[in-house]
Amino acid sequence: MSKKYFQPEQETMPLEDIRKIQDEKLVSQVRHVYENVPYYRDLMDKKGVRPEDIKGVDDLHKLPFIKKDDLREAYPYGLLATDLKNCVRIHSTSGTTGKRVVAFYTQNDVDMWEECCARAIVAAGGDNGDVCQVAYGYGLFTGGAGLHGGSHKVGCLTLPMSSGNTDRQIQFMMDLNATILCCTPSYAAYIGETLKEKGIKPEDNKLKAGIFGAEPWTEEMRHDIEKSLGIKAYDIYGLTEISGPGVAFECEEQKGMHINEDHFIAEIINPETGEPLPIGEKGELVFTSLDKEAFPLLRYRTRDICVLSREKCSCGRTFVRMTKPLGRSDDMMIIRGVNVFPSQIESVLLNSGYAPNYQIIVDRVNNTDTFDINVEMKEEDFSDIPTGITNKEKALQSAMKAMLGINPKIHLVAPKSIARSEGKAVRVIDKRKRLGINI
Amino acid sequence: MAINQISIFVENKEGKLVTITDSIANAGIDIRALSVADTQDFGIFRLIVTDPEKAKTALESSGCFVSITKVVGVSIPDEPGSLAKIVNILARYNINIEYMYAFIAVSKKEASVVLRVADNEAAEKILVENGIKLLKEEDIVSM
Repeated sequence: MSKKYFQPEQETMPLEDIRKIQDEKLVSQVRHVYENVPYYRDLMDKKGVRPEDIKGVDDLHKLPFIKKDDLREAYPYGLLATDLKNCVRIHSTSGTTGKRVVAFYTQNDVDMWEECCARAIVAAGGDNGDVCQVAYGYGLFTGGAGLHGGSHKVGCLTLPMSSGNTDRQIQFMMDLNATILCCTPSYAAYIGETLKEKGIKPEDNKLKAGIFGAEPWTEEMRHDIEKSLGIKAYDIYGLTEISGPGVAFECEEQKGMHINEDHFIAEIINPETGEPLPIGEKGELVFTSLDKEAFPLLRYRTRDICVLSREKCSCGRTFVRMTKPLGRSDDMMIIRGVNVFPSQIESVLLNSGYAPNYQIIVDRVNNTDTFDINVEMKEEDFSDIPTGITNKEKALQSAMKAMLGINPKIHLVAPKSIARSEGKAVRVIDKRKRLGINI
Repeated sequence: MAINQISIFVENKEGKLVTITDSIANAGIDIRALSVADTQDFGIFRLIVTDPEKAKTALESSGCFVSITKVVGVSIPDEPGSLAKIVNILARYNINIEYMYAFIAVSKKEASVVLRVADNEAAEKILVENGIKLLKEEDIVSM
């Protein structure tokens, strides 16, 4: 029988109770961070804020922000708030240049995170009778691990497929009667196309729901996926720095994602000034982790732009809802589900002996992102023989793959041939915007 | 003694060929030979012209990415077996040919072959020792 909520008490508690819990947890979390994380203690001291000054959520705005650059600077242990021997796992995501971000987890942290994912699965109609196919990547990426853990907590039969090997995905999906699919929306679209090629109709598969995230996707894509797989497609949101997927999840209303407010405080700020904005206004999403022990972040700027709403939801959940991210306040791109920063590309170019005269061109063809980088050659790079140039392109591609985790197509072009308008070159051309995808 | 070949990097985009040929035409330069090596994204145009330096300057002012590559030029009788003869000589001495192309001059019954090799001097020495006539810059102008 389908439960409506994984944790009904928490998910439907009155607003005053949410507030009370947040007030209490914030006070002790601030103390925990101040005492154990010298990096953040310094930030607080510089701002003249002491733990005693924070008596509740109303005082949150007094705390300093923490940003991706801080995480890069603090790599690897600078933000650890507990003994390493209490930590049972890391997950990792890309940093803005060479250094990755490493997030640590105690067992409690993992349990809390998996419960959040379990909430998402139950909100999508899942229960312990379901067969949950987890086709997000497993490993350092939080996608696979998060939904895997959530699926276990719900008691579903978990298929730990990871991503790729689509023939095998489909074979197991059909032979083991998968009822819930978890993967990126572009992979879901690809699976849909492959099923069609194999002559498998939507009514032939046993899927009823999908939980898709880790990259932006439009209502149109949702509609296409729902049609091609014969399912209801739910959005999920999260970030490694805060836990992973499950920070927010969609319910049957499919009108925004509920943020797990008993575990995270969400704020919207003006990205230029840092001023907190009222609910309903568009701005940058900032999270404060209330329960995390190993890697707790206070007022972490996500760089995602969205709108929050406290409008009553017919699903009965009282948690605030966020829209899908409407854009970024920095230059990060998501290509094939992977975070890519232009600064990473620049650092590879410089290390490989090129000037940072480049242009990134991203598009979406057949539901897959294409990723090309044009790089200006120096005079000395000229080769009279094509392989002289194509070998250099291959070498650069390898270096990029090592840094980014995905393969761009490198095109070496003539010096000064990358268009400059008013002296400044256009570095990123993201053609996916024409499809309405908010990158 | 190698001859000067113009090598131009040409992106596979509209208008590039127009720019190149216009630029050479406007400088009053005559093209003796033309060869192209291409990939999906770009081509390398190789030209033997009557005035390589002038051509390079003209092409660069039109925004082309140009280089002068020194290549070996030989002059052989325009008859069957001529090409096989020099290819055999080079093979015997393990001289690897990176690329080559040929053209004829209408005035004489001669063909010219352009060869890109790793060591121009070594190749030229071997060809001369084996009785092959080398092309000089002046020959290109006067063809």
